[in-house]
Amino acid sequence: MLRQIEGSRAVAETVALCRPEVVCAYPISPQTHIIEAIGAMVKSGALTPCEFINVESEFAAMSVSIGASATGARSYTATASQGLLFMIEAVYNAAGLGLPIVMTLANRAIGAPINIWNDHSDAMAVRDSGWIQLFAETNQEAADLHVQAFRLAEELSLPVMVCMDGFILTHAVERVELPDQAEVDAFLPSYEPRQVLDPDDPVSIGAMVGPEAFEEVRYLAHLRQLDALERIPTLAAAFDEAFGRQSGGLLHPYRTEGAETIVVALGSVLGTIKDAVDARRDAGERVGVVGITAFRPFPREAVRGALSGTHRVVVVEKAFSIGYGGVLSTDVAMATHDSDCTLRTVVGGLGGRPITRDSLEEVLAAAARDELDPLTFLDLEIEIVQRERGRMTSTRRSGPSAENILRDLGTVASRIG
Amino acid sequence: MTAPPVRFYQVGSFAVGNRLLPDDDQTVQSDPNRTNSLDSGHRACQGCGEALGARYALDAAMRASEARLVAVNATGCLEVFSTPYPETSWRIPWLHSLFGNAPAVATGVAAALKVKGRSDVRVVAQAGDGGTVDIGFGCLSGMFERNDDVLFICYDNEAYMNTGVQRSGATPPAARTATTEAIGEEPGNVFGQGKNLPRLAMAHEITYVATATVADLHDLEEKVERAMRLHGARYLHVLVPCPLGWGSASCDTIRVARLAKETGLFPVFEAVHGKVTGVSAIRHRTPVEEYLSIQTRYAHLFGERPRTDIISRIQSIADRNIAEYQLLADDAITVEPEKAET
Amino acid sequence: MFQVRIHGRGGQGVVAAAEILSVAAFVEGRHAQAFPSFGSERMGAPVVSFCRIDDRPIRTHEPVMEPDALIVQDVTLIHQVDLFAGLPSDAYVLVNTSRSFDELGLGEFARRFHRDHLLTCPATELALEHLGRPLPNAALLGGFAALTGRISLDAIDTAVRQRFTGAVGEDNVAAVRAAYRYVTLEEDEMVDASTD
Repeated sequence: MLRQIEGSRAVAETVALCRPEVVCAYPISPQTHIIEAIGAMVKSGALTPCEFINVESEFAAMSVSIGASATGARSYTATASQGLLFMIEAVYNAAGLGLPIVMTLANRAIGAPINIWNDHSDAMAVRDSGWIQLFAETNQEAADLHVQAFRLAEELSLPVMVCMDGFILTHAVERVELPDQAEVDAFLPSYEPRQVLDPDDPVSIGAMVGPEAFEEVRYLAHLRQLDALERIPTLAAAFDEAFGRQSGGLLHPYRTEGAETIVVALGSVLGTIKDAVDARRDAGERVGVVGITAFRPFPREAVRGALSGTHRVVVVEKAFSIGYGGVLSTDVAMATHDSDCTLRTVVGGLGGRPITRDSLEEVLAAAARDELDPLTFLDLEIEIVQRERGRMTSTRRSGPSAENILRDLGTVASRIG
Repeated sequence: MTAPPVRFYQVGSFAVGNRLLPDDDQTVQSDPNRTNSLDSGHRACQGCGEALGARYALDAAMRASEARLVAVNATGCLEVFSTPYPETSWRIPWLHSLFGNAPAVATGVAAALKVKGRSDVRVVAQAGDGGTVDIGFGCLSGMFERNDDVLFICYDNEAYMNTGVQRSGATPPAARTATTEAIGEEPGNVFGQGKNLPRLAMAHEITYVATATVADLHDLEEKVERAMRLHGARYLHVLVPCPLGWGSASCDTIRVARLAKETGLFPVFEAVHGKVTGVSAIRHRTPVEEYLSIQTRYAHLFGERPRTDIISRIQSIADRNIAEYQLLADDAITVEPEKAET
Repeated sequence: MFQVRIHGRGGQGVVAAAEILSVAAFVEGRHAQAFPSFGSERMGAPVVSFCRIDDRPIRTHEPVMEPDALIVQDVTLIHQVDLFAGLPSDAYVLVNTSRSFDELGLGEFARRFHRDHLLTCPATELALEHLGRPLPNAALLGGFAALTGRISLDAIDTAVRQRFTGAVGEDNVAAVRAAYRYVTLEEDEMVDASTD
């Protein structure tokens, strides 16, 4: 049914259609609307049977999910930012144990300085955890990815994280086609666990593994992620057949035919990039964009194929590795290492700073002139940074930098947007 | 258990001779058909109190649940000595996740069982004192306040033994650990710190809280069975001496545990909905020296210059417990201090 | 694409207003995107929300920088927030007040815009009259429909009824229609004045 609906609500209703049996909730912006809606559905009896558990921390949320999943229940939770970091030990544990938990990550920056707005630092912090990480470009895709995520997770016995941009998607009211229960039931079979805590057939789960076998267990996890590279496009095709729309898959190329410059990005910024690409194409420039949906496992071959023949690759990222540079860029560089294209990294959108079409068009224009630096920080106000650098040089007790920078900026509360 | 008309005691132990009891009153552990939930062949140290406690507690829980039991385990000695890959000593469904999350994992297991209508299967979670009073406390408190249907058992050996005997929030005053060395003016762990987890559990007003030691097998098994008859969050705190960390002889594990109770340092009691409902009386009131002097973690209190000042501070803790919990039996006798055995 | 920015304070239904407007556009079969200014909203604090309406799918997720229309739910924000930032001279402005732009000290400012694109509407009074509560958001959407002609009154009614069920919905619809009539009359007077 086509609805004009908030992204969080669309995800909550879709997750409910997937019949989760245990849902754990600990509130953190911008994830709250999702778990509030699911909690209400459980309480009203609309979603049954389901245990909805209000826990005392994100660490507990993932831990309860681990226990429930190991007992054979379809388990779901959602978090963001600091919450993901607070549960990170359990995040790794869920993947290590091979438990098919599905979690929504409402992408948000990580402090300090504390910041509730969107970027991808949280997702990047757990990219090596063994979770499958899928990034939604739109709220339609965010909703659809959850249906695919449960099936993917349970087929492979691996946890899946659906990443959707905090606020930008979670709080945006847009049109979303929501499936009905029968359609989802037909697509998503009931959960048949590969391992389960059962008194009739006792197993030990979570044994200590020493050097004699640890590498083999880890390598197996890698192979299973590579299996996901095969399953993700297959499931997206099956989803298309069942629901009549394209969502998911490894990546989405857009106007890359004959493109001299191709932008690579994750998440909702792809919409704005597509508008910029259209504008540059109209101006006669040969540009395109590749949106990556599957960040882990990273579709190295598919990225290589999508970027073959282009001269320039510009990776636009909402996160970076401090002291190094782009995170996604590193993966893209590995995928294109045998090509002679130049790779540029543009870091933007940190802590909710808007990535505007105007700025993106400037980036594309600079790239076309081969004037784009290897690492560019989009719309960075360098003078503000330099002023604080000056203070730090001249004064030992220069004080807390974030507060100093805010003071230099003046009152930001009156700004719009 | 009703008191048998004639009581027989083994010499020097106070333990009821099992063979002399009617069949129904004999321990689970003495039953040749016990489940051996934690089977032999594991890698615990000689004289490990935790292995003993877990064995007693889980076999009792298995009998109480008619072998419909799932166990969740925190990281720690119990997890490490029972599972090095590919061998496992567990003959029950068993899940280890992390150090600090066993209560929450158990909540998840209980929720999954509930949603699947498996009311026949019961859930036990277990951890050492570090996994209970320190790193696992947040999750434990959450499990308590939600009244999740989990029996949580803490095997308390009063320090982080798995990592090499470091201080925990359950380490008693003056005890030497690797992070509270027996040096300086106040050797060992300082006074005035630490958490009383049974009291904290009672403050959550959960259905059932009890303490026990591995010295009294009947009492421990009875408390497990009583807890298993109830639903909601339940907490059992079992004192389990650690020969390695306490510096006691492996053959003295039961004796040390008994002395902990008979001195009053470890009150053995039960509480229902936050109120103490019963205590295990001290029948042979024993001075703390008896307990302290057979553990090298307290060696710095004895020797050429005994720290009688510190010993008397520990004695006053025991005296306070005895008064607060009314631990003395009506017919209790007081044991004169005697020299530690060598 | 038609872009709307709504200003108000936490508790006045600023976010809901953008959502209702987007639902109204959806009801008309158009594409719409509503979103709040993302922040830690507190009762009484300045809040901004946005709505984009288009006949094609809306892909962009940048903030609305140059709105085609502005709705001000709380006139006390005038000297607190840069309400008119990025506003082109042909933008529509609807301010919730029973006073005139001159009385608000905005007479000079208002003359920079198309005269018939700027109106005031006493939406709080209308809300008090019809709902018994000072919630001007729905009423202002009625005024917006009349001022801009970019959305039908029927679509606003349908969207309001989706948001508020039962009697509350009908009361809000009454406020919507009252504001619509008020603004329509104001516009007629303006036309009359300009022909005199």
